[in-house]
Amino acid sequence: MDTNFLLQAIIYLTAAVICVPIAKKLGLSSILGYLLAGIIIGPFVLGFIGQEGQDIMHFAEFGVVMMLFLIGLELEPSKFWKMRKFILGMGSMQLIGTTIILFLGCLFFMDWRWETTLAISLALALSSTAIVLQTLKEKGLSNTSVGRSSFAVLLFQDIAVIPILAFLPLLSTVNLEATNDAPQSLITGHASWLQTVIVIGIISTIYFAGRFLFVPLLHIIAKTRLQELFTASALLLVVGVSYMMQLIGLSPALGAFMAGVVLANSEFRHELEGDIAPFKGLLLGLFFLGVGASINFQLIIDNPLFIFAFGAILTLVKFIVLFFTSRYYKKKLDQNLLFAFGLSQAGEFGFVIMSFCMQLNIVPSILANQIMAVIAMSMVATPFLLLINERIIYPNTRIQEKEIKKDNDYIDEDNPVIIAGFGHFGSTVGRLLRANQIKSTILDYDSDRIDLLRKMGFKVYYGDATRLELLKAAGCENAKVFIAAIDNPTVNLQVIETLKKHFPNLKILTRARNRNDAYELIDHKVEHIYRETLYSAVNMGVDALVELGLRKYTATRQGQQFIKYDEITTRKLAEKRHDKMAYMITIKEEIELQEQLLKSDIYSQIAATNHSWDSQHLKNNLADLSDSSEL
Amino acid sequence: MPKNKILILFSHPLFEKSHANKALVENIPDSENITFHDLYEHYPDFDIDVKFEQDLLSRHDIIIWHHPMYWYSCPPLMKQWIDMVLEHNWAYGKKGKALQDKIIFQVITTGGDKENYCETGSDRYSILELLEPFNQTAKVCNMIYLPPFVVHGTHNMTDEDYEKNGLIYGYFLDYLENHDIDTDEILQHHYLNEWFATILT
Repeated sequence: MDTNFLLQAIIYLTAAVICVPIAKKLGLSSILGYLLAGIIIGPFVLGFIGQEGQDIMHFAEFGVVMMLFLIGLELEPSKFWKMRKFILGMGSMQLIGTTIILFLGCLFFMDWRWETTLAISLALALSSTAIVLQTLKEKGLSNTSVGRSSFAVLLFQDIAVIPILAFLPLLSTVNLEATNDAPQSLITGHASWLQTVIVIGIISTIYFAGRFLFVPLLHIIAKTRLQELFTASALLLVVGVSYMMQLIGLSPALGAFMAGVVLANSEFRHELEGDIAPFKGLLLGLFFLGVGASINFQLIIDNPLFIFAFGAILTLVKFIVLFFTSRYYKKKLDQNLLFAFGLSQAGEFGFVIMSFCMQLNIVPSILANQIMAVIAMSMVATPFLLLINERIIYPNTRIQEKEIKKDNDYIDEDNPVIIAGFGHFGSTVGRLLRANQIKSTILDYDSDRIDLLRKMGFKVYYGDATRLELLKAAGCENAKVFIAAIDNPTVNLQVIETLKKHFPNLKILTRARNRNDAYELIDHKVEHIYRETLYSAVNMGVDALVELGLRKYTATRQGQQFIKYDEITTRKLAEKRHDKMAYMITIKEEIELQEQLLKSDIYSQIAATNHSWDSQHLKNNLADLSDSSEL
Repeated sequence: MPKNKILILFSHPLFEKSHANKALVENIPDSENITFHDLYEHYPDFDIDVKFEQDLLSRHDIIIWHHPMYWYSCPPLMKQWIDMVLEHNWAYGKKGKALQDKIIFQVITTGGDKENYCETGSDRYSILELLEPFNQTAKVCNMIYLPPFVVHGTHNMTDEDYEKNGLIYGYFLDYLENHDIDTDEILQHHYLNEWFATILT
């Protein structure tokens, strides 16, 4: 392998590993950490990496694509449809408003050609999907009203990039055919109506292929039980869709988003989320590193006034337009502020448009580079602005978060109960809960069973519950109760270990096959253990006692007492087990344990512990009973 | 004076739907001397832990049976509790002095109005008459049985009424915790509420 590549990787990873935790420790967002890391390793500070920062960004933009796929996964088509008003309304209002103001302003104060001005205005009107969505996610605001509005505007911008890129050549005095680097697509040669038909065709292909090809494919892969194969197919899906979209000249991010929406209803949703999330995280980190590294400080030093003044004015204009857009949609003041600050930067599409403009000769090369520096600066500024909003402005305009949650476009999907393993055991629990109108999120690893259960109306997800990402995706952070009912006791135990480590406040109820499983669980300090062999065996014993002539109530009470007593002995014996030598559990030891158990059974005096309603006891005492006030 | 330790033995099979009892229970003062013990929550399977209950009783001076009136008596779990916990030679019998001189009384809610509980009313008997079996049980255990604290007419109450009764119950418990109780004085009254009204004024 190319050692240069390894060295590069080491530089990036080290920078990230050092800077991001420091940023986090200081209470800043991780994005800022990545950006600073990028600046430090970039050509103007340490110079570990040169101008390749730009190339890395192009590669890492794929992180944005993956992020949109993940967002799509969380957004079911029906919810997406409900948001159309916001996407079209807020999105167009923001984009057109910002572009017009920037265009007019620059036309007055700068002596640029109007074509140049228009191109720059369009480029700067777009915000950074990567920064905004990552920030929202970090702050846990993705599902709030602000999160939804931000997302709506960003989505509109993503879609708008396509016509903008198509429109730019019209501004150019250079013949497009001469510049081979222009974004080419397979369908540019066709008539425009045919292009439309092809685009619609491709989109519906994504829909039907997702539904009727990809989901069945995942079923087959799920049966192989090979984790990495599943990851591979998830990646294949995202990359494939992106490629297809690029072929027809649409934004890959948009395609990935649609693929996500199509799969949002599928049982594999959480597993796909868990598979893609780490890639997304890494690539986005790389992307932010690239942004930091590509800031051309030389340009800033040469003309600091222009860069900073222009950057500040740009941010201000975007802020004002966003603020009034949000206000027009009757959001509350603190939401308006957060929304406007959050989206006030220029985004990664700005880079794309600027480099395209350079090729088309719309924008002079120096100006384009200056604008790119402005974009990068504004991206760096966002986390700081949000920090100011959070620490200084927000406390003064505070409207309780609870009110935001009441907002009608707030969607909360976290169920109070998560059931892992939906076999005979787990499904019984699930049915009882459902009969009491309690919603549970179900995780299972058997795709045939999932199919059946989904047909019966359960919300079941395919996935390996030992994976932390999946547990997070299933909502372990907000759930009240986790029911560990997986058939395989080793897996069950693994899940519990993960849960105890990462979600110490989650209440865990766990199934244990038998006494030995219970011992293991007790060793792991699990409190609520349900031995499947205990309760039915005792019930059977009770019925046997009845068959042998005991009254049912007496036998039932004996059963109740026995369960209580057995649970206590089990805990005692679990400790005792460790007093012995550390040899593995052999059959001999097993027999010894059974023996101990039987002995303590005999010594225990279950039957004698109480004598309510037993007049025999009374009569025995009659001898010395003078006050016969009783029954 | 040393504070009185109060044990509230609460029995309600459908507590979640009882507005009156919710208001009463919510107003129980948060004090280390008052123990609220929800029997239906502890023993859903009627499998009462006798030893635990007896220890609990030993550690308190005033015992309250707090329950709704069902068919002129208590809910079944409370009867189960009486049957199992009040053991011979512990609660009664020659050697049974564990509860001696402790104060016990009932806190009762009835759907019907107070006027119904008299010879000419639809319920034909007064509350005190209907509670005789409990009185006698307490007597056998050598306890001091006081008249009940009764909230009548819960079927026709407004939210304000519930809240008002709850507040009074809270004050009442607070008073019991912090004052010496003159039982002779109390026994002059039919209801503890009536006696407490004289205290309040």
